Amino acid sequence: MLFSMLLDVSYAIMGAGIGAGLAAIGAGIGVGRIGGSAMEAMARQPEMQPKLQGSMLIIAALVEVAALFALVICLIISGKTNGVLG
Amino acid sequence: MSFSDAIAQEQHAASSHESSRKEPDITGVIIEHVMDNHVWHFFDGHYGTLYLPVIVYSKERGLEMFSSSHFFDEHHNPVPYNGYSLEHNKIFLGETPVWDFSITKNVAMLFLNAGLLLAVLTAVSRGYGRNRGKAPKGVQSFIEPIVLFVKDEIVKPNIGARYERYLPYLLTLFFFILFGNLLGLLPGAGNMTGNIAVTLTLAALTFIITNVSGNSNYWMHIFWTPGVPLPLRIIIFPVELIGIFTKPFSLMIRLFAAITAGHILLLGLISLTFMFKSYFVGVGASVFVIVISLIELLVAGIQAYVFTLFTSLYIGLAVEEHHGEGH
Repeated sequence: MLFSMLLDVSYAIMGAGIGAGLAAIGAGIGVGRIGGSAMEAMARQPEMQPKLQGSMLIIAALVEVAALFALVICLIISGKTNGVLG
Repeated sequence: MSFSDAIAQEQHAASSHESSRKEPDITGVIIEHVMDNHVWHFFDGHYGTLYLPVIVYSKERGLEMFSSSHFFDEHHNPVPYNGYSLEHNKIFLGETPVWDFSITKNVAMLFLNAGLLLAVLTAVSRGYGRNRGKAPKGVQSFIEPIVLFVKDEIVKPNIGARYERYLPYLLTLFFFILFGNLLGLLPGAGNMTGNIAVTLTLAALTFIITNVSGNSNYWMHIFWTPGVPLPLRIIIFPVELIGIFTKPFSLMIRLFAAITAGHILLLGLISLTFMFKSYFVGVGASVFVIVISLIELLVAGIQAYVFTLFTSLYIGLAVEEHHGEGH
């Protein structure tokens, strides 16, 4: 019974860790695509570079926050298992 | 500074107990730094802690106000006071929770932010009165490009013709979030815009303004979308109804997650030094922390911009006039 409880807790922590890693992958892919298209567009039209840079940063902030949602959930999960947050 | 003292305290406390826990509780310190607190701890020592006032209301005792220093004894252990006890930043009267209206760290930061906004923006408006017809000088010339940026890039294109009704609120919102984010990055400051109650209030204001100023086109679009075949309208209706709530909800979560995650990242990098207890890691981590802090400055500005942009987008959707056929 103690073993099954400990197993549940360890699965939860493992899930939180894997979730945070997947969130990082998602953020990496998203922001990478934004950066790639922005680079391409800047290479085609160098005079548009400041405007493209501005839009790129803003959209990167939006995509990044989606990954941060997942990070916050993972932190809550791992916090609940040793009573720090909950 | 307070961070290293907190870690040293943890280690001292841990080694003075019989428990074999030698590692400092990094997660606990990080979580404690991003959460709200009744005590504002700047640095260790007698003068480094600000015991903020506690204001509680309960049916049995009514409204009571006292300093939170009563909750701690000389060795900073929590003790109950007059029937009230403080556990995990929640005040209980015996077993029942009470209505807590205390001035906590985040509330004090809100007052500080409001004071700063008043000071800076009234100085700007007085400058305009003095320099009538002349070029702007001083803090005017710093704030004016930002105000013009908000007006011309965010508010006017999205709201359209009647933008001047909403411009004061949107300017206040932008400067409030910007100053709040920047204040939170100072050492010893509280994590104000990373408090989900603060972002909930800002999102609730957006919700109220959007739905109160929604004209008949807006509600028609939600309940009975024009220009769409009938079966689709039945499907679109619940989706749009939920959308009324999810749009401000996403605003709330976005600001909260961005700022809190930024703070947790900075604190985690600083605590790397304490985990490894090595000078090389300390130097490397410090350089990394400087880089991430610069990124956090950028994020502070971007999150203020994004919040104001989405709010003005939603308001613009609510007040837009019918523009002929075709959507």
